[in-house]
Amino acid sequence: MINSDKFHKSRMRKEKFFQFYGIIAILMALSFLIILAYTIGSKGLPGFFQTYINASFDISQEYVDPENTGDEEVIKKGRYRKVFKEGVINIFPEAADNRASYRQASKIFSKGVSYQLRNMVLENNDLIGTKINIEVLASSEIDQLHKGNIDRNLPENLRPVSDWQLKSYDQLIQQGLIKTKFNVNFFTKGDSRNPEEAGILGALVGSALTLLITLVLSFPLGVATAIYLEEFAPKNKLTDIIEININNLAAVPSIVFGLLGLAVILNIFGIPRSIPLAGGLVLTLMTLPTVIISSRASLRSVPPSIREAALGIGASKQQAVFHHVVPSAAPGMFTGTIIGMAQALGETAPLLMMGMVAFIVEVPQSIMDPATVLPAQVYLWADSPERGFEEKTSAAIMTLVVFLIVMNSLAVYCRKKLEKKW
Amino acid sequence: MFKKLLVLAFFGTIFVSAAQARDQISVVGSSTVYPFATVVAENFGRSTGMKTPKIESTGSGGGMKLFCAGLGVEHPDVTNASRRIKSKEFKKCTKAGIDIVEIKVGYDGIVIANSKAGNQFNLTKQAVFLALAKDVPEGNKDGGKLIPNPNKTWKDVDSSLPNIKIEVLGPPPTSGTRDAFNELAIEGGCKTFPTLKAIKKQDKKKYKAICRAVREDGAYIEAGENDNLIVQKLVENKDALGVFGFSFLAENADKIQGSNIDNVPPTFENIANKSYPVSRPLYFYVKQAHVDVIPGIREYVAEFTSDEAWGPDGYLSERGMIPMPDEERAKFGSNGKNMTVMTSR
Repeated sequence: MINSDKFHKSRMRKEKFFQFYGIIAILMALSFLIILAYTIGSKGLPGFFQTYINASFDISQEYVDPENTGDEEVIKKGRYRKVFKEGVINIFPEAADNRASYRQASKIFSKGVSYQLRNMVLENNDLIGTKINIEVLASSEIDQLHKGNIDRNLPENLRPVSDWQLKSYDQLIQQGLIKTKFNVNFFTKGDSRNPEEAGILGALVGSALTLLITLVLSFPLGVATAIYLEEFAPKNKLTDIIEININNLAAVPSIVFGLLGLAVILNIFGIPRSIPLAGGLVLTLMTLPTVIISSRASLRSVPPSIREAALGIGASKQQAVFHHVVPSAAPGMFTGTIIGMAQALGETAPLLMMGMVAFIVEVPQSIMDPATVLPAQVYLWADSPERGFEEKTSAAIMTLVVFLIVMNSLAVYCRKKLEKKW
Repeated sequence: MFKKLLVLAFFGTIFVSAAQARDQISVVGSSTVYPFATVVAENFGRSTGMKTPKIESTGSGGGMKLFCAGLGVEHPDVTNASRRIKSKEFKKCTKAGIDIVEIKVGYDGIVIANSKAGNQFNLTKQAVFLALAKDVPEGNKDGGKLIPNPNKTWKDVDSSLPNIKIEVLGPPPTSGTRDAFNELAIEGGCKTFPTLKAIKKQDKKKYKAICRAVREDGAYIEAGENDNLIVQKLVENKDALGVFGFSFLAENADKIQGSNIDNVPPTFENIANKSYPVSRPLYFYVKQAHVDVIPGIREYVAEFTSDEAWGPDGYLSERGMIPMPDEERAKFGSNGKNMTVMTSR
């Protein structure tokens, strides 16, 4: 009461300062987030687009199926490089001069063009003997040039494209043969060592399959453990030790689970390396503690009155738990599980030990096919020397983040939809 | 009911899978060979129509460990290495009953580079040793007492070098690049001091401890395995130098420049004719017993050893691998063709 005015003032000042610090902290966190989003976004957006060149190729009978057998095996082995070469010379007559000039000219196109031609012919045999006009991928260098990532004023020996290629590129631009299109391949193809052909579908499917295993195993196991420990288990030393250990496990660095997985899952169980099943098993070990802890917390938050009321009208303990407590706790359990899964989605360290950080071209078809996962793909691309992978890395990160946001929104939705207010 | 089925199906797959055969080549090993092996694998997969080999980047040592663990489908068929197999590893492999085929594929140069914004460095191996070794002779003179490295700037090391703080970003000790850098550049510089070189005859361990130890006072910064990261950091800091493989210099020639070592600039030609002193061989090793069991190994080796791949104009040279001279290519090419088993190391 004495000097209340003075005290009041200083208290108000303190509160103001506290609020000010809080706002500063939020602003800083926000600005980091914005910087991160901006750098990844500005680098990654071009990765979703690819440069194409309009070119015509003569699918001559002689190269593809000289005896006109129509046999798939023969057509498969056709000389598509020759078809491609003639197409290149058709556009750039200088390329016919010598080997070096052909090499320069061919490098304007993606290395995959001859295979693209093969696949087209395999799909449609009628193309043999015709001249087709198609859009083919430009090489990564031309793509980078088109996107303005290569400084054309540099001396020739310091840039990835030669003077001749630069001139030819300008010529193609003038003829309107160069186009930028949405990079569909990025979402429909597996990995490649040519940046212009690399896709993320393999890693996306790999991640989905691995998470599926993790979910199928960790959710029922985790929830069952939580229900038993929370509702049925006697409270004694043993259950205390178990509880402490589960809490400790949640804090164990993930690489340790990887080593455990290598020793047990691969070496003792003999599960093949690099498959989603093996990766999923390790990630299950890692997510289990998270699921158990969050499920127990949500069971604990169910008001005792619910339990008591059920027991009071004559329900057995099991009936009370499964008919009343668990349904009320379910939203919390789902949320915990999804957060655990989101964590598992971003893991690479344990998967490195399981051989899932690998170059895999084919998109996995089942949990038994070798696969890699999204963060591993990001790591592998970030470590590649080719310049074109820089934007692909950022684009892959963006895909990973979208995947994460979708999962987290699902968690929020589940909670909002199922949550009961007491 | 549904849940029971699911669990049953799940455990079913586990047991079925354990006995499953493999129809895809499994490759492990060096992260330096990885960018080359993957290109070969992709071309192999496309041209033969077989499954593209699965290639893991585990590092040379990690690859050898997996490779030498035993025979059978659960073990890898091929391992890549950015150094030759060690005699210890060879013994371990032989003991496990593994016959190995050794194939050298080419060379990789290790460059010391800085940003284009700075001046190009003209280093000697001796200067590299004096700048980065843990202990150096007092006064940087031969015969001096070994003291913890006192050199702060490049000028301290060699009066012809600029007065810039020594700051070198390089790979950590787990990396094969670091092993090769220590051995070729730092030890190479160490050997230029006759008194230090003399130690080798008396006490090999002590010699290695002196000549391969890198200083830990912050002048050498371990920047992780990611060479792209080192390149980025060099662009940001024009006074820093970085150590990494030649292919990263070739890809980023517009941003960074390689330092001359003993007056030789790190160019493709100089590494190929071995006048550039810091280069190392790249290898891969094949399990002979797996050939013809796992489909495609012969074809994969044939693709790797074709002139189209490892030749002077091959697609691997476009990616920065330095091709071997003709005789070496012929020798290791026939090793691969006949699957000649390695008998000693």
